[in-house]
Amino acid sequence: MSGVREAAGEEHAPGTETVRERRLHPVTPLRRAWAPVAVVVGFAVHDPNGTQRRLSELAVTHLLAGVAVVLLGGAFYGFMSWWFTHFAVTGTELRIRTGLIFRRTAHIRLDRLQAVDVTQPLAARIAGVAKLKLDVVGAEKKDELAYLGQEEASALRAELLARAAGFAPETAHEVGEAPVSNLVHVQPRMLAISLVLTGTTWGMLVATLVVPPLLWFATHNLWTVLATGLPMLGGAFASSIGRFIGEYDWKVGESPDGLRIDHGLLDKAHETVPPGRVQTVRVVEPWLWRRRGWVRVELDVAGSSNGVLVPVAPREVAEAVIARILPGVRVPAPAELIRPPARAAWCLPVWWKGYGLAVTDTVFAARHGLLRRRLSLVPHAKVQSVRLTQGPWERFKGVADVEVDTGANKTVTARFRPAGEAAELLSAQAERSRTSRRTARPDRWMA
Amino acid sequence: METGTAQPARPEESGAEPVWTGLPRGLLRMRRLLLVVWLVPIAAAVGVLLWIFAGPGWSAFAALPLAVVAWGWPMLGRNWRSWRYAERADDLLISRGVLWREETIVPYGRMQLVEVTSGPVERHFGLASVQLHTAAAATDARIPGLIPEEAERLRDRLTELGEARSAGL
Repeated sequence: MSGVREAAGEEHAPGTETVRERRLHPVTPLRRAWAPVAVVVGFAVHDPNGTQRRLSELAVTHLLAGVAVVLLGGAFYGFMSWWFTHFAVTGTELRIRTGLIFRRTAHIRLDRLQAVDVTQPLAARIAGVAKLKLDVVGAEKKDELAYLGQEEASALRAELLARAAGFAPETAHEVGEAPVSNLVHVQPRMLAISLVLTGTTWGMLVATLVVPPLLWFATHNLWTVLATGLPMLGGAFASSIGRFIGEYDWKVGESPDGLRIDHGLLDKAHETVPPGRVQTVRVVEPWLWRRRGWVRVELDVAGSSNGVLVPVAPREVAEAVIARILPGVRVPAPAELIRPPARAAWCLPVWWKGYGLAVTDTVFAARHGLLRRRLSLVPHAKVQSVRLTQGPWERFKGVADVEVDTGANKTVTARFRPAGEAAELLSAQAERSRTSRRTARPDRWMA
Repeated sequence: METGTAQPARPEESGAEPVWTGLPRGLLRMRRLLLVVWLVPIAAAVGVLLWIFAGPGWSAFAALPLAVVAWGWPMLGRNWRSWRYAERADDLLISRGVLWREETIVPYGRMQLVEVTSGPVERHFGLASVQLHTAAAATDARIPGLIPEEAERLRDRLTELGEARSAGL
């Protein structure tokens, strides 16, 4: 229906009115201006002594001329790449045309949009611009529009989502931002405590404190110590303070456009996941959080790199959020999960106890991990294929694994089910995913 | 113990009993021939070279590739017998493996692409393999070594059913 109307619209107003090509924000050339400078700096760092010698040999005029050439070249390159980048929103597609020498045209089908992110790195925040990133399945390279003005970016996001949702093309750009109702707001205090209670944070810190001195005693070589110590320090920073900065002020909201996730202290990110795009939800429960009843919720969206839904929240809150993003889904309580039979201990001692499975009428839920428990939920409608595997030792013990593949390239495995039950589960799961798919929402969720 | 002893010939499917199809005998012939074609010359080369450079006693090592042939011959047979597939009303079943058994169910509606491939050796033996792709890369639904007419029939039927039941992501 909308196709017909759209064609009529294009006939009615050919060319410029319907497909209006736009350019990015004029700040954009600066984004690449640092590249030549970085090359020079990198070269200098690579060979410090030689650089110093050559610098002292150069006359001041030469030096200035060199700097001018580098700056002008960078500015010219930045300007040209900005000048030749256009984008346009049509009824069904977002078209990006770019490239000075190697031309590239990308047409992104809006009804296949998996997620839209508006991100603002610190420098971009100062300049008042934002980056729009689009996730589509199958593209290994993310298409992004960098940079756009702040208001323009959110207006464009609203328009893209409205068109993806199936609003009439004439009204799509007037729909505006959909109203958001807040579901979760993670307090900084809670986030800090949760990071303190995470094992990896401490592991990285301890390793950073212990390994370099040991290396120093072993080798007495400053370079070796630096070469191992600095990456480790970086890792420790990323897993503690870096995560705090990234996950600061985490907000999850719900709007007709889908799920809104806003976070960041320095770099701001606003992610939007349209309805029905979530393939898997994982409830992660580190050992030290269990006493407080906190969990972390992760999600998989096909073709998207966004992995976290809620960095930390009390279990009830997390379950309420999951119920909103996967309508009709209830997270099975730990007691509902069925453990493998005791003979599975022969296949995997100790750890077998961490496994568990529950199948409700909406999700396939499998848990693994003994200390850090991870419960993966796959809605039946998102199952791509089902598989039963059984190794020789497992067959001897009469158990088998059931694997469920989802569209986000993740496989959820229910390990060590009794063989008979596994075979039944296999066919029942195929049946369930087939029938529940019939009632799934359409790609254009407002149409 | 209940599922699949060495002969996984009897499926214990509930409801509609799937009609299993095995793979053509040509595939087994091809695999066995490849085994012999590769390993017998290796055995000969090892034997001759060791005889010349290290002495007659060392050439006994040539028995090693021959032992592999003797062991691989029945193994290929078992593996070939374990492969089978069944087309049901709404999904495709593929079952395979002797020690590491695997049974995959791919609903027709999830198929993104059906691929028929055939290399030069396969073509010589009149074989072609069918590979199904879903949106999940982990889906390993491959049927090796079908006769080309069957492969094409399967491909056409699968695409037809896939279109009828299309469900996407």
